[in-house]
Amino acid sequence: MFHLTNISVSYGDEPVLHNITLNIDEGDKVVLIGPSGAGKSTLLRKLYDLQKHQAAFIHQDYALVPQLSTFHNIYMGQLDQHSVFYNALTLIHPQKRERDEIAPLLDALGLTDKQNERISELSGGQQQRVAVGRALYRKAKIILGDEPVSAIDPQQSDAVLTLLKQHTHTLVLAMHDVELALRHFDLVVGLRDGHIAFSLPSNHVTDTHLTELFDRA
Amino acid sequence: MLRISLCFLGIAILCLLLADIEITTLDPWGEIQRMAIGAVTPEWSALYTFRIALLNTFTFAFCGIALSIVGGSILAFFFHLTSVRLFCAFIRAIHEIFWAFLFLPLVGLNPICGVLAIAIPYAGIFAKVYAEILQETDRRPLQGLPHQTHPFSQFLYGQLPLAWANIKHYTAYRFECALRSSAVLGFIGLPTIGFHLETAFRESHYAEAAVLLYAFYLLIASLKYWVKPKLVPFYVLLSVAIIPKTIHFSFHNITRFLTYEIFPWPMRREGFLSGNNDLALPLYDTYIWFTERLVTSILPGIWNTVILTQIVLVGTGLFALIAFPIISHHFFSRLTTRIGHILLIVIRTTPEYMLAYLFLQLWGPSMLPAILAIALHNGAILAFLSGQNADHIPLRLDASKTRINRYFFEILPRIYNQFLAFLFYRWEVMMRESAILGILGIYTLGFFIDSAIAEQKMDRVILLIFVTALLNLGIDTLSQRIRRHLRLSIGTIKTTI
Repeated sequence: MFHLTNISVSYGDEPVLHNITLNIDEGDKVVLIGPSGAGKSTLLRKLYDLQKHQAAFIHQDYALVPQLSTFHNIYMGQLDQHSVFYNALTLIHPQKRERDEIAPLLDALGLTDKQNERISELSGGQQQRVAVGRALYRKAKIILGDEPVSAIDPQQSDAVLTLLKQHTHTLVLAMHDVELALRHFDLVVGLRDGHIAFSLPSNHVTDTHLTELFDRA
Repeated sequence: MLRISLCFLGIAILCLLLADIEITTLDPWGEIQRMAIGAVTPEWSALYTFRIALLNTFTFAFCGIALSIVGGSILAFFFHLTSVRLFCAFIRAIHEIFWAFLFLPLVGLNPICGVLAIAIPYAGIFAKVYAEILQETDRRPLQGLPHQTHPFSQFLYGQLPLAWANIKHYTAYRFECALRSSAVLGFIGLPTIGFHLETAFRESHYAEAAVLLYAFYLLIASLKYWVKPKLVPFYVLLSVAIIPKTIHFSFHNITRFLTYEIFPWPMRREGFLSGNNDLALPLYDTYIWFTERLVTSILPGIWNTVILTQIVLVGTGLFALIAFPIISHHFFSRLTTRIGHILLIVIRTTPEYMLAYLFLQLWGPSMLPAILAIALHNGAILAFLSGQNADHIPLRLDASKTRINRYFFEILPRIYNQFLAFLFYRWEVMMRESAILGILGIYTLGFFIDSAIAEQKMDRVILLIFVTALLNLGIDTLSQRIRRHLRLSIGTIKTTI
């Protein structure tokens, strides 16, 4: 699915990723961990650029349209599947077909009673769940997510991550909650200063790995 | 910033010395008295006589604005193209009345003329403002859309909802402007209330004029209660249905106008004299014709227009600076600011053309009526915005209680940047108004255009309107340069200027 060999990315003169070599196979569920500024977001964006046509992306800042309803924001995941006319119609008057399609998703995310509310009326955690919902509704082979549960409380985080794992073939998430990450994912990639520090199955990740990864010095 | 301000102040004073501003009427105070009596004894029964004109004012504005929203939206999509940007700048640089002058010989004095005269320049304005509003929307939601989404679907979901509130707000403001334009078009003969206002003023029937003005204020003040977005399609249909449709559309006229009448006279003379209406290109004669135009109308027209514009620019600024505290809670009590609001709204609602006409009756032809009219109208808008800005400033609890100290130490330094941005943003508008007020007899470009119309010399009309548009584009560019140089930003309140 993703085969990166010696990839470097810079913003202007500032190098962000150095000689990244990384293999992610179809069906892998991978989590990226590392201190802030390590290059997790940049790596995710790079991966998205490589597989744009079959990947959904969950943005760290949600990238929702605050003026539209929960329903519409989730519907936007399939905007490319419909004609302009049908999209315009749905914007003015949501159709039953999509309502029915989205209903189970809303239920799983605990957003059923919020479906007609504007995004700007929702709490941060609810907005983040909408962003996850949009990515799931996209029904893409791959989901890439930048801190997709950062604003959601612990119990719901578990539920949302499980949902993501169930419904996605290939999943790559960046997370800052290491404990949660290790609990949910089989493969862990540790990033530090734009380098890959380790890439291991989660049961092989030791405290030493983590201390080295997050150590300030 | 202070240096530029003083520089413009100096130029304005110099222009004031050069300008002709004497009072030529014999008894201005007597006239003012009669107007005041008319204003307090409005003849309400006249309203029935004017019902058709009131309805026309509304329907012209509605049809015009509907067309311009459609045209402006389409143009806004292509606004990134330099050609479209220039085209829009050009069509909005020509005042509604000048557009009406251009359409008069083509379609005659009828609704089509009025509707197009509003629709065309407004389309240019909408294109620009809509494009700017869209540009300023948050781009992040667009990134959240699937990769291969159709551009128009991207727009519908990723941009339109974010821009909608601003677009609605601005369009509503423009509709108010369209009503003003529609009313003013009556002054050149179209059947809107301006027509009856002109008659009433000319014949000193001030009680009738007062009724018309009050009705117009009521119309505008009540807009927010009955013009709702959902009802707009209904009003458009209604307007189209009831607009008088006595149109004598002659393709012969239009072709003749576009392929013959707009060419300089020397090019047509041979053909005219021999009777076959052929065009020729006698270079020398055309050159002579052009230099004659340059010396007799273009240069004096530009000179006076620029002088008037510069005086008015500073006059507007001064009026706004003096007037804005009246609506700010930092300076006055709730009651006073409410009265201030109403006062500013009344001044702003009165079309500047109408104000100028009124002052002209009082003081006779000179630049004075035009200066006051434009400075009051624009100053009221600016004072309104500056006052609102001032109210957004939280003052520290121990801020000076003396008004004058508050004004100069707390408020003015904080709002001056944006105030100047607004002022320069409207510079181009003031120039357009300065040109148009020539129709009332001061020697700006409008005067020469009006004379050419009266003599039915369309070649001169076209040339002069073209020059006016170029001058306007020049001012617009200069204004943008200055704003960029001073790093002046209009911020988010652009939607009401």
